[in-house]
Amino acid sequence: MTDRVPAGTGRLGDRIFGGTAKGAGLLVIAIVTLIAGFLVSQALPALAKDKANFLTSTQWNVDGTPLQFGIANLLWVTVLSSVIAMLIAVPFGVGVALFITQYAPAWLSRTAATLVDLLAAVPSIVYGLWGLQVFGPHMSGIQDFLVTYLGWFPLFSRSGIGAASTILTVGVVLSIMVLPIITALSREVFAQTPVANKDAALALGATRWEMIRTAVLPFGKPGVISASMLGLGRALGETVAVMIILSALADGTAWSWSVFHGGETFASKIANNAAEFDSPQKAGAFLAAGLVLFLLTFVVNSIARIVINRSKAFSE
Amino acid sequence: MTTIDLASDARPNAGRPDAPGPNLGLGLEHRSRGRAVRNQLARIVMWTAFAIAMVPLAWILWSVISKGGAMLLDSHWWTNSQRGITNRVVGGGAVHAIQGTLMQGLVTAVIAVPIGVMTAIYLVEYGRGRLATAVSFMVDILTGIPSIVAALFIYALWVTTFGFQRVAFAVVLALVLLMIPVVVRSTEEMLKLVPNELREGAFALGVPRWKTVVRVVLPTAFSGIITGVLLGLARVMGETAPLLILGPYTKNIATNLFGGLMPTLPTMINQDRTEVLQPAVDRVWGAAATLILLILILNLAGRLIAHFGRPKT
Repeated sequence: MTDRVPAGTGRLGDRIFGGTAKGAGLLVIAIVTLIAGFLVSQALPALAKDKANFLTSTQWNVDGTPLQFGIANLLWVTVLSSVIAMLIAVPFGVGVALFITQYAPAWLSRTAATLVDLLAAVPSIVYGLWGLQVFGPHMSGIQDFLVTYLGWFPLFSRSGIGAASTILTVGVVLSIMVLPIITALSREVFAQTPVANKDAALALGATRWEMIRTAVLPFGKPGVISASMLGLGRALGETVAVMIILSALADGTAWSWSVFHGGETFASKIANNAAEFDSPQKAGAFLAAGLVLFLLTFVVNSIARIVINRSKAFSE
Repeated sequence: MTTIDLASDARPNAGRPDAPGPNLGLGLEHRSRGRAVRNQLARIVMWTAFAIAMVPLAWILWSVISKGGAMLLDSHWWTNSQRGITNRVVGGGAVHAIQGTLMQGLVTAVIAVPIGVMTAIYLVEYGRGRLATAVSFMVDILTGIPSIVAALFIYALWVTTFGFQRVAFAVVLALVLLMIPVVVRSTEEMLKLVPNELREGAFALGVPRWKTVVRVVLPTAFSGIITGVLLGLARVMGETAPLLILGPYTKNIATNLFGGLMPTLPTMINQDRTEVLQPAVDRVWGAAATLILLILILNLAGRLIAHFGRPKT
């Protein structure tokens, strides 16, 4: 868009309209700055009174007078459930995107894309309800199998949580929720693979799979990475589905590495305790958790954007 | 650059680095059978991936329809509220929650759409330099903000700082934060699709820039913008996290955005989701089915408008 005509002619209408547009842009900047500013300013007093180590403590005691709260548990559950979601959703997302762009017959391709997009239209509370009551109970077979044969490994050690409410179940449900995001973006980049590259591969005798491996996948790699990052950002911040499915543990429950354990993520911790924000001190502790979540998603999303922008710079 | 890489990399008959040693003669034949097998295998894997991806969609829709679909067939569902109805009693409807969801969605759109569209106009038609980069970056951040963080922010602003009550308007403000980036990004895409010749034509006729945007660019991109708005609306109407923090549930019909409680479909689901008594369980799934139906209608409307009203280029 370098060939644009210079902005504004200095006329009154132009100044008003252009000014309004600029004002809307400035408003967006102001909103984001305010969000960051408010979270920090309200979390700091609570953090200052925190008698436990905020990063390494597993306690969450915001009622008593010596405030003691730390995010170690929340961080572990948040990251573990999101990593499980990514391990499932990225291969499937890429596979489905390749199916839609490279394998599906023309009549199916568009319908398939719409159907996958429909997964994004299901509200997260419905995912939660379905995950806990319908899908979750089916996880018990996998849980029994892994606990029996791989139970010696800390990740798969036995815990007393019902199969429907474990971190693993949350991870699987999250993978379904982020699948449409990863698929939609990967699909877009795969579809943009230059026809010349694909034709060249085919002309050299490559099979369709070899063509994909040598032309489509290398071209789409940055897109897939950034799509995965955006999906990860979504998984980290997902609230209601996690809150409904995951079994929250009483404070002081022994630490466990197991994916069959319960717990709370940043988002579900905040949502579970929404009724308790009665004092600024308590609210501050939860705002501190919210701030960490904000920073976490911010970093992940920034990586996604950087990867997208760098690949754009290379392809233009 | 890529093409050269590819040429050297894609020749299956040249000594491939990953081939198991320089087998000549029979080896080539063997290897090409392996390639064909791998090719077929990849095809099967992709079809399977798609088939498996369809399982949860079908499963979720089936669960919701089979458990809650029947509720939607009862006309009381669309006309009555839950006022005076306990979890042991069959009956009552969801009109209070449907009305709340629609009302909050509508007010959210009324606030978020002008801001979003004007921001997009700024980015595409006016913005350049550092400020435009900053705005674009901020929109990206806003896109990535988890809904619970947006809700916390509004809580910190509305309740902690200003000392107001948790009312529906606070929910609306949180939803506005979530809707703005969707509207900005979709409008931006649509404005970029408007051919520059149209703008230049208007300029050549002496039309001021703002009038060009309002009378030429926006009408051309109109259907695309509407699509973006409907998809954004579909996203915020299914949001539950801000409602948990800012919008407590009530069984009664409420229309006041600034006072009292306002019920919505997500909070109606949340309210009774741990119930075991059948009438309440049925209502939970009925509300879920209603919510999905509403969102699907919005999605479908958006897609239809996108399909039939593309900018004529």
